[in-house]
Amino acid sequence: MKTILKQVTILNPEQKLNQKNDLLIEDGIIIRIGNLKESDFKSAEVLDFENKYCVPGLFDMHVHLREPGREDEETIVTGSNAAAAGGFTGIACMPNTNPDIDSAEIVRFIKEKAKNHLVDVYPVAAATLSRKGEALSPMFELFEAGAVAFSDDGVAIKNAEMLRNVLEYSKNFGTPVIEHCEDESMADGVMNEGFISTSLGLPGIPNVAEDLIVMRDIMLSEFTGGKVHIAHISSKNSVELVRQAKKRGINVTAEVAPHHFTLTDESLKSYNTNYKMNPPLRSRADVDAIVAGLKDGTIDCIASDHAPHAIEEKEMEFIYAPNGIIGLETQFGLVMSELVNKKHLSLSQAIEKLSINPRKILNLPVPEIKEGETANLTIIDPDLIWTVDIAKFKSKAKNSPFDKRLLTGKSVAVINNKKIYYESKFRSI
Amino acid sequence: MSLSNRHLLGLNGVPIEDIQLILDTATTFREVLERPIKKVPTLQGKTIVNLFFEDSTRTRISFELAQKRLSADTVNSTSSSSVKKGETFKDTVRNIEAMKVDMIIVRHKSAGVPQYLTRISKANIINAGDGLHEHPTQGLLDMYSIKERLGRLEGLNVCIVGDVAHSRVALSNIYGLKTMGAKVSVCAPATMIPMGIESLGVKIYTNIDEAIKRNDVLNILRIQLERNAGTRIPSLREYHNYFGITSERIEKNNKEILILHPGPINRGVEISSEVADGPYQVILDQVTNGVAVRMAVLYLLGTMH
Ligand SMILES: [Zn+2]
Ligand SMILES: [Zn+2]
Repeated sequence: MKTILKQVTILNPEQKLNQKNDLLIEDGIIIRIGNLKESDFKSAEVLDFENKYCVPGLFDMHVHLREPGREDEETIVTGSNAAAAGGFTGIACMPNTNPDIDSAEIVRFIKEKAKNHLVDVYPVAAATLSRKGEALSPMFELFEAGAVAFSDDGVAIKNAEMLRNVLEYSKNFGTPVIEHCEDESMADGVMNEGFISTSLGLPGIPNVAEDLIVMRDIMLSEFTGGKVHIAHISSKNSVELVRQAKKRGINVTAEVAPHHFTLTDESLKSYNTNYKMNPPLRSRADVDAIVAGLKDGTIDCIASDHAPHAIEEKEMEFIYAPNGIIGLETQFGLVMSELVNKKHLSLSQAIEKLSINPRKILNLPVPEIKEGETANLTIIDPDLIWTVDIAKFKSKAKNSPFDKRLLTGKSVAVINNKKIYYESKFRSI
Repeated sequence: MSLSNRHLLGLNGVPIEDIQLILDTATTFREVLERPIKKVPTLQGKTIVNLFFEDSTRTRISFELAQKRLSADTVNSTSSSSVKKGETFKDTVRNIEAMKVDMIIVRHKSAGVPQYLTRISKANIINAGDGLHEHPTQGLLDMYSIKERLGRLEGLNVCIVGDVAHSRVALSNIYGLKTMGAKVSVCAPATMIPMGIESLGVKIYTNIDEAIKRNDVLNILRIQLERNAGTRIPSLREYHNYFGITSERIEKNNKEILILHPGPINRGVEISSEVADGPYQVILDQVTNGVAVRMAVLYLLGTMH
């Protein structure tokens, strides 16, 4: 079967590509790039992508799938469907499932469930058994089974000595340790600590709870030489700590979630639990620092921290509601609307942070757009104006604060593993 | 005259006219409370539910008395037992709603629950304390008691002393008093002062003698050991020695001072027995005024169209 992407602008900063061409795909392989002839068009399905961009398939390195354990909230398949709908051809899933991803069986279980999907699913395994911070997980086994990183996400690795061991041990395979940076003793609150939490009467989590662990982790990365990746960075001083660490050549990288550059703690005034997440929404000064960090490369990538919850769990008294929001299907639109259209990032920089850098951090190959390569592509329409509608989400969960929000920029198709997702349907290509 | 909002969720944003109306109406009911038969038929036929997810005998009894004196039918739900059975908060409220209630008085450990109730129920909602947020009828009765004694609120200097960070009384006092033109400050060890409070236009004292000297009114908060005061102050004794209100401190600094306390009192901790029973305080008046103010709020909301 032949498919032609007609007159699409091929953009890949990694290959220094930015050109308008036709692109012929046959059996999932890129056969030809160039201006095709009339005769070529006759024997192929033609998708007219004029004014759209073709980029290496987007990758979200921080996704919570709820399988195994909470399949009522999200499964590996529904989460992958949401990823495809959001423009992603690959995701990394976090280990706080039930049971945790701390054994090779669970890694294999996930890989098996994800096998025939368009979206590639890469498990991140627990760094310590049950993420308790007391004993190392079988990291060699987990790595061999397919884990691409280690993390106790939900919490930071419990203490300095344990993190030291995780970092030393992981040097054997070069995988990063992904850290949820939060000092446990200061993390009792339910929102950002500041004037807003005081006026709402909700217990707060101060910025410094994050900064302390970011600092600890940077110092231990320097000490051990192990790779630390700071997940969902949210505070101004943490951005500065990462900036300085990179200047000193320390092996540290960082990601930010779209809600942390889009929203502030002002949103909580409605006590809507869809604004409750961890780390919490911070202040305007933090948002500004994050945008600056994205601009100057301090923050390497953007990841959703997609966290599905059942409706009845989120519809609860604020202090009892669980943390987290889903993000796979709004992420790209928010990056375009908040960063690219506001001229904080170029489209190329956005693609680096959404496709290239996360794969590099996880030691995965970056898809190339050239003849003979497997087609792993996202087609984006940077000008498409659309309204978020949670009823149309492919995710099982609906816990998004962005419902009804007007966004500019959307993925219109993804192609990977000999499949295409286009016009809300999967089919072979 | 009627209120501008059909719920009383807090004093933040409540206009001066509304507060004035509630305080004036309370004066009328205060007189009713002095009569031999302390009952008026104003809310006959209205059904009010006191939904207390967190125990507070005092506040509940005060509301219940106010309701009975207005001849309303009242029902109490005073435990979180239904929630423990696995029923969600939303289902509990939907159930009560199905029984056709006119008004819900709610107390809950989580801030924001009264707001949430307005989204899932058609009844008038009165906040009887939500988390560390607001307790508006307490704020109103404190203002009523100050006004009753000093004749005005405008221009007064009022200092809230104690664990402001873990109080629902403090914010309601701050919002209400500032609307009425008073100057509000807080005084406590820094561990008990919440972040950013000065952005509400509140001055911070760390020295209690200074606070007594420079204010007309002190509103003394209960030091609640159950709210992990233990990690924020070394001991109740030390708190008493450095922030406790004693006769010596008052006599040394300001004999004109008026002392309020929302109760229950920890004698010998935030306030000495001598002060708690002495001439400077209006603590028991606050309790009586509480019923009158709650009658006023219930009446004004219950007769709104
Ligand atoms: Zn996390
Ligand atoms: Zn996470």
